[in-house]
Amino acid sequence: MPERWEAVIGLEVHAQLLTETKLFCACATRFGEEPNRNVCPVCLGLPGALPVLNRHAVELAVRAARAVGCALHDLSVFARKNYFYPDLPKGYQISQYERPLATGGHLEFEGEGGRKRAGITRIHMEEDAGKNVHGVGGDSLVDLNRAGTPLIEIVGEPDLRSGAEAAAYLRALRDVLVFLGVNDGNLEEGSFRCDANVSVRQVGDAKLGTRAEIKNVNSFRFVQRAIELEVARQVAILESGGRVVQETRGFDHDAGRTYSLRSKEEAHDYRYFPDPDLPPLVLDPALKGGELPELPAAKRARYQALGLTPQAAQVLTGHPGIARFFERTLALGASPVSAANLIQTEVLRDAKLHGLDAELGVTPEQVAELLRLTEAGTISGKQAKEVFVAVAGTSRMPSAVVEERGLRVVSDEGQLLPLCQKLVAENPKQVEQVRAGKKSMLGFFVGQVMKQTGGAADPKLVSALLERLIAEEKT
Amino acid sequence: MKVTRDEVLRLARLARLSLADDELPKLEADLSRIVDYVAELGKVDTSEVSDAPRVGPTAAPLRDDEVRVGLPRAAALAAAPRVVDGAFAVPEFVDES
Repeated sequence: MPERWEAVIGLEVHAQLLTETKLFCACATRFGEEPNRNVCPVCLGLPGALPVLNRHAVELAVRAARAVGCALHDLSVFARKNYFYPDLPKGYQISQYERPLATGGHLEFEGEGGRKRAGITRIHMEEDAGKNVHGVGGDSLVDLNRAGTPLIEIVGEPDLRSGAEAAAYLRALRDVLVFLGVNDGNLEEGSFRCDANVSVRQVGDAKLGTRAEIKNVNSFRFVQRAIELEVARQVAILESGGRVVQETRGFDHDAGRTYSLRSKEEAHDYRYFPDPDLPPLVLDPALKGGELPELPAAKRARYQALGLTPQAAQVLTGHPGIARFFERTLALGASPVSAANLIQTEVLRDAKLHGLDAELGVTPEQVAELLRLTEAGTISGKQAKEVFVAVAGTSRMPSAVVEERGLRVVSDEGQLLPLCQKLVAENPKQVEQVRAGKKSMLGFFVGQVMKQTGGAADPKLVSALLERLIAEEKT
Repeated sequence: MKVTRDEVLRLARLARLSLADDELPKLEADLSRIVDYVAELGKVDTSEVSDAPRVGPTAAPLRDDEVRVGLPRAAALAAAPRVVDGAFAVPEFVDES
């Protein structure tokens, strides 16, 4: 991109709220059921059915708004957004328009040049539409299980300047919502979706260029790519003296391009008006209060203060289930750094993460006990790995395995000394090297002893014995 | 106020209506008259009248988040003109939302 151009990007994120029931009716929100199993007169848009607002959906939306520093509005109004579409049985979507739930927040994220902050214009509540399957014998099939599912739309300020920055913002927002328990962060299943408003302007211009909206891109990588392609497309148009058309565009990953879907509707085309079936949403103090869960950024800072590296803190806050596991392990008395190491090397190897669920194969109790056995010198590091494998996927405790297999560290000098003496006698060259100051050669000897004892020897004791022997021979 | 032919076509598109060319002049005239008629309301002096945004409850009642069984699927689909694999079947369209 020629340097005189600047990309301006704002994201609109739709996040499904983790409720049991829909926004305005008591139908289940479960994903993956047979079509049209979870429907009722309200979400089918049958005449005479009246919407009743879900309290928990409001609580979750409020939690999200508070976490990103938005001002909550004591009174917000549901409005009808009118348009015709097969997956919208009422002919309108219930959303919020002139008076949203919350306005004026911000999100911090790790950008290319360090920590960045982007504004959040507003957060409002709305219902989702149904789901369509196309190309079934010349038909499209409409499933209304999803119709009426509660969403929040988080409208970001046009503060982002590249596809990479947009992806970083989106990741940070996803993490916040997931740690709040507001959303399961599942892009593939569409419970966390993103539209990107993209425009370009000459560097130094205050006025925004004409924007295109790219719809529903379903991975972080694709968001970055779609934006990069769209920015390049617009720059090419402007460079050749053309004009960008305001429109809605789709993203074709395989073809590596965005394409026009339709000209963008103006807000007045939707004929928004307050929904006469729904009185205003009034937030009483009970709905606004309560403690917020600790957010990922705060957790990372706290973990680093416990001695973890930034990388380790990042890994352990990658999923709320992992953070919970780590914290529970610490609560059981484990030391932070060794717990973090064991979780990263062993526990996460076979972890299965899906949405908010984390299947980790072992319990914090097993890990804490294993660490205790290792740190007390009852078993060696190598034996710890063996014990880990033995308890993983079972309810057995490490101490039981250690006892049953007769595992213990050999820390009996009488048993280790002959072994060390033999090694020193058999390897005069290496002994010379240690004496000449090549400390790493000592590792060779320790390694040999560990090998010959099947990993059971106490490495500290072995090391001390060898140093003493090598020094003695000299004199 | 004059409603133009372009505005009529735009409204028709949003309403998913297809109009024949000979219908347009009549709709332009009718819609212009309707808009003028509604504009009569603008002449009423409301400077002394306070807002009455709604009648009825002043705050939305809230419902607990508990699942209740809705309609049996057969009943939900009973009024549909066409059903395929438990879904409402409609002429094929392209997702543009």
